Amino acid sequence: MGAISDGFFESIRLLFSLDPYIYDIIAVSLRVSGIALFLSTLIGVPLGALLALSRFRGKQVVTALLYTGMGFPPVVVGLFVFLFLSASGPLGSLRWLFTVKAMITAQTIIAFPLVAGFTMAAVASVDRNLLRQLRALGATKLQASWAAIREARVGVLVAIIAGFGGVISEVGAVMLVGGNIEGRTRVLTTAIVLETRKGNFGVAIAFGIVLLLITFITNLAMLYLQKRQLLEEE
Amino acid sequence: MLSQLEARGVSYSLQGIVKDYGEFRLTVEQLELREGEIFCLLGPSGAGKSTLLRLLNFLTPPDSGKMTLFGRTYLSSNFTPELQIMRQITTVFQRPALLNERVWNNIVYPLKLRRQAVDKAAITPIIERLGLSGILDQPAATLSGGEAQRVALARALVFSPKVLLLDEPTANLDPENIAIIEGMVTSYAAEHRSTIVWITHNQFQARRVGDRVCLLEKGRIIEVNSKEKIFSDPDNQRTREFLCGDILY
Ligand SMILES: Nc1ncnc2c1ncn2[C@@H]1O[C@H](COP(=O)(O)OP(=O)(O)OP(=O)(O)O)[C@@H](O)[C@H]1O
Ligand SMILES: [Mg+2]
Repeated sequence: MGAISDGFFESIRLLFSLDPYIYDIIAVSLRVSGIALFLSTLIGVPLGALLALSRFRGKQVVTALLYTGMGFPPVVVGLFVFLFLSASGPLGSLRWLFTVKAMITAQTIIAFPLVAGFTMAAVASVDRNLLRQLRALGATKLQASWAAIREARVGVLVAIIAGFGGVISEVGAVMLVGGNIEGRTRVLTTAIVLETRKGNFGVAIAFGIVLLLITFITNLAMLYLQKRQLLEEE
Repeated sequence: MLSQLEARGVSYSLQGIVKDYGEFRLTVEQLELREGEIFCLLGPSGAGKSTLLRLLNFLTPPDSGKMTLFGRTYLSSNFTPELQIMRQITTVFQRPALLNERVWNNIVYPLKLRRQAVDKAAITPIIERLGLSGILDQPAATLSGGEAQRVALARALVFSPKVLLLDEPTANLDPENIAIIEGMVTSYAAEHRSTIVWITHNQFQARRVGDRVCLLEKGRIIEVNSKEKIFSDPDNQRTREFLCGDILY
C-alpha cells in the first residue's frame, strides 16, 4: 500500500517539477503519434472516401484488407516493420531502425486502417441524393467527393481521433522498432514499462497519469463530436 | 458556326433513346426541346418522367440512341459531356438536397465549383425574389420545406444555366411557396431564353407555366403539343382521358 501512495505523491511532485526527462518523453510521444496521425489522415481519409463513393474492381478485397488492418495486432505490425527495416531486411539501407522514423512508420500502419475504415462508414452515410444533386450543380467527381467528406466532417474527425487513440497508447510496436532509447525513442508507454521494471513507481505513475489524461481528452473530444452530430441530425 | 438545330432554336434533340431497367423501359423515338420554352412533362407515377430528366442532365446514360445538345451529339456508348456542357445544365429535385451549411454557402456553392467570383449584384435579385434575404445566415438543416426548396432553386439559378430541369419542385408545397417558385421560373425563362423542363403532377400548374406540354405514359411519349392545343383539343384519345381524369390523381 505504501509503495502505491508513495509513488502517487512522487508522481505529482514530478509532474509539477517540470523535470525535463518527463517532458521530453511527453514531447516525443506527441510528436511521433502526431506525425503518424497526420500521415494516416493523409492516406486514410481519401482511401475511406474512395471506398465509400466509388465502385471499382477489387473493392471488396481492399475493404476486407482494411477491416483486417483495423483489427491487426499492433505488435505484429511492429514485427513486420522491424523485419523490413533491420539491417538484412529489404529497407535496411534506410537505417531507420531504432529511430523515431521507424516508430512513425509503425504507428502510421497501425492507424491509417482505423482512419480509413471509420471515414468509409461516415462518408457512406451521406445522402446519395445529395451527391447526385451536387453533380447536377456542376461538381466534378472530385468536387462532389470533397463535399461528401465535408458533409461527413464530424464522422471523419471521430475517425481521426480513433486513429490517435489507437497509437498513443500502443506499446508493443514502438518498443520493437524504436528500442526505447532514452532521449530519442522513449515514449510514454515504453517509459512506463521500463520505470515499473526498475521499481521507479513514482515516475511510472506520472507517465500513466499523463497517458490517461491524453486518452481521456481524446475520448471526451470524440464524445463531444458524436453528440454534436446527433444534434445536427435532429 | 451554327448547326441547323441551333439555327432553329433547338437545344436538345433526342433520337431513338432507350433506357432499359428490365421491368421498365423508357423509349423516346424523337423529341426536340427549344431554347426559351417551358416544357411540361405530365404523366402518371412510374411513367418515366424522372428517368427522362436524368438522361437530359447526363446523370444516367441511355442503353441506345443519341442525344444532341447545343450542336454536340452524344451517343449512348459515349455519354459523357464536356465539363463546360455539364455545367450549363442543372436539376432541382422534389426533395431539396442541401449541404449541411448556412443558406448563403448553399446558394453560392455552384459559383465556388466554377471558381467564379460571387457577384452580389447579380444574385441579390434572385435572393430577394425568392424571399431569402432574411435567412441567409441560417443553417440549412433548420429550414422549412418551402424555404429549403426556394434555396435549392436560388442555388440552381445563380450560375444562369442554359437548361433548367425541374422534377416536381412544388409537390408538397403550400400555395404561397408554389406561387413564388412559379413566378421565379417563368421570369427566369423569359429573361434567359433557357430550356426549362418541368415535371408536374398538377395539370393546372402546366396550364399556368407551360409553353408546350408532353404526356408520358408507361415509358412512351403519348403526345407533345402546345399548351393551348393539348388542353382544348388533344390529338390523342389517351391524352384526353388522362387530362379529364387527372383530378383523380
Ligand atoms: N435505377 C433504377 N433501377 C431500376 N429501375 C428504376 C431505376 N430508376 C427508375 N426505375 C424504374 O423506372 C420506372 C420509372 O421511374 P421514374 O422515376 O422515371 O417515374 P416517374 O414518372 O418519375 O414517377 P413519379 O411520378 O412517381 O416520380 C419505375 O418503375 C422505376 O421503378
Ligand atoms: Mg419522378
